[in-house]
Amino acid sequence: MSVNKDVQHPSGQAIMEALKQASIQFIVSVPDIVTSDGLLWPISKDPEFKLVRVCKEDEGVSICGAMSYNKTRALLLMQQTGLMDSLNAIRAIGIDYQLPICMMVGLQGKEPHKLSSQSSSYGVRIIQPVLDAMQIPYRVIEEPEDVQHIATDIEKAYQTSSTFVFIIGRAPV
Amino acid sequence: MKRDLALKVLKQHVNNEIVVAVYQTLFDWMAINPRDLNYVATGAMGQASSHGLGLALANPKKEVLVFDGDGSILMNLGSLVTIANAEPKNFHHFIFENGVYEVNGAHPIPGHKKVDFGAMAKAAGYRFVTVFSDIETFESEVAEFLKQPGPAMAVMKIEAGEPYPRDYDTIHSALVREKFRRALQSS
Repeated sequence: MSVNKDVQHPSGQAIMEALKQASIQFIVSVPDIVTSDGLLWPISKDPEFKLVRVCKEDEGVSICGAMSYNKTRALLLMQQTGLMDSLNAIRAIGIDYQLPICMMVGLQGKEPHKLSSQSSSYGVRIIQPVLDAMQIPYRVIEEPEDVQHIATDIEKAYQTSSTFVFIIGRAPV
Repeated sequence: MKRDLALKVLKQHVNNEIVVAVYQTLFDWMAINPRDLNYVATGAMGQASSHGLGLALANPKKEVLVFDGDGSILMNLGSLVTIANAEPKNFHHFIFENGVYEVNGAHPIPGHKKVDFGAMAKAAGYRFVTVFSDIETFESEVAEFLKQPGPAMAVMKIEAGEPYPRDYDTIHSALVREKFRRALQSS
């Protein structure tokens, strides 16, 4: 995903620091072009994270949920296409079973200077309404200062054993 | 091989292990060996193997046994590659193969009598794969199978045994998840 120099982008390093602050040990991921360069490649080289590469995103929902039973914290990193493909797993494991499934979702196709609701991409525009319909809380990460909430949101998700989604609207740099 | 007889054999080998099971195998197992370290809430759609992997990676000193179904694993075949890639030594995967979606009307699974689950696991990169077709062989060799470092798969050629009740309310209850959580954290 190209970086738009007319707008500010969040820092991948700052996101990684926030994940560490929130005691995230495992990153479970299918590669996503929005977060590939700024997050997944650096995470793959950081010995403080254990990376589990999965073939399909719903596997990751189950892995993160199962890990939570002994308080091991994990983050599922994926693209919005994987989120859409995993909705039933999120419904069952995250919502019905009340497990802390924390997800970071890159919005492939979103224009960096536009709100997702104004995107020309149908696949981008529907993400927030779908999460609203499923009553899943989320935070949009676009500006550098948005990153400061990540650790707190993850902490709350684990404290309340509930699902949370970070929507990555601009490629981390 | 009758499924309930195979599960009664397995009961003799299960002590402090985590057992993840699905559908009729789960219902039979819950009746044959009710225990708090049974992980019953997998959310369907073939996710047992992925839950088992998460448990195995987060609890590397505990053995994880997954009692999967043939129809279930067909929904999550990629997990075989994910599991093989992660190389959890504490992961033993049983595929209870009866050729049908037993709790959903006993319709045949796609590929029944054609698909080879053991070959799939081996091709995916599992360290050890075996097939059990009769109860006598299973009884005499299951201990050796469980000694193999994972990820290891045993394909269980089974038919229905005694029909144990399908207690969906229990497997989806918050209470059973909390019991598992407490048992895991205290074990």
